[in-house]
Amino acid sequence: MNELDARSLLEIADDELILGWRDSEWTGMAPFLEEDVAFSSIAQNEIGHARALYELVARERGATADELAFDRSPDEYRCSALVERRLLDWEKTIARHYLYELADEGRLQELKASDDPDIAGLAAKIDREEAYHRIHAQMWFDRLKNEPRFTAALDELRPLLDTGRSEHTAELAELWDEMTMVRRSQPSGTRW
Amino acid sequence: MVNTQEVWAALADIPDPEIPVISLVDLGVIRDVRIESGTVRVDFTPTFLGCPALEVMRDAMAERIRALGAEPEINVRTDDSWSTDRITPAGREKLRVSGFAPPAPRNAAAPTLVQLQSNVFRCPYCGSTDTHLENIFGPTACRSLRYCASCRQPFEQFKTI
Repeated sequence: MNELDARSLLEIADDELILGWRDSEWTGMAPFLEEDVAFSSIAQNEIGHARALYELVARERGATADELAFDRSPDEYRCSALVERRLLDWEKTIARHYLYELADEGRLQELKASDDPDIAGLAAKIDREEAYHRIHAQMWFDRLKNEPRFTAALDELRPLLDTGRSEHTAELAELWDEMTMVRRSQPSGTRW
Repeated sequence: MVNTQEVWAALADIPDPEIPVISLVDLGVIRDVRIESGTVRVDFTPTFLGCPALEVMRDAMAERIRALGAEPEINVRTDDSWSTDRITPAGREKLRVSGFAPPAPRNAAAPTLVQLQSNVFRCPYCGSTDTHLENIFGPTACRSLRYCASCRQPFEQFKTI
């Protein structure tokens, strides 16, 4: 794995970790029970993908997955602006889900063709799981595509896919604070 | 020194932590057992990458190997070489009698909503295919929720991976 691969895997891992956290915010408060289950399960999958991706990068850099996931400062994350936003509206959550899954599919196809068997193999496994997320996102897209609030949400969020990965909003710092709270509360050397 | 057969036998009855009716060997997730210079090396694949039972399974395997007097090394393989197609026929039957519909065969292409909504999925209780999809997602990453219109029973369907 070269440094370019490691950096791009870290971007994807950060996307999946942060989106997993954002999706988990619907646990217990989605508009109905079926979606409570769906978003909780999707969140779990995304964080599982993040863990596996961090582990690949961690091996390369002589670190651990947890160190990469939690011990960087918020401005060192390379997640997309799309995933870090705290979205309290259902139509925006679905719009993000749809936009993200579409973009993620393209990038997974590239990784599956990687010369590095570890990267290609992991991407293929992730893609098998993401297929279910894509079906879910498409199902919601078809249901909402003629709703003005949903199309407005798509228009609002779409540009976030193309903004840089080094500038972050205060929303990421707030999430980081919550996400790393337990880990930071322990003295160094704590084993989990 | 132990041999691989003894290791497989020792691992054979480790239950899946989330669905204890089925063992890790039935699931097909133990991919390889090798004995190299006194260390027992086991390769295994998580069903889903976010499976929270990963560490429990790893520790259970290590414990069984230590009980044989050998040093374990458990490698987690995160590639696409495991599929729900690897669940053994005995494992599929154990799932079914416990009310979990076994997974449909994997196709080269990813599943589609049309397939998930089709009537090829059989109710594990009454055998009817008059079933419909309630939720792609379920209580664990590996299961969907379906409903049988024939015996009016909700059931869990193993996702195809």
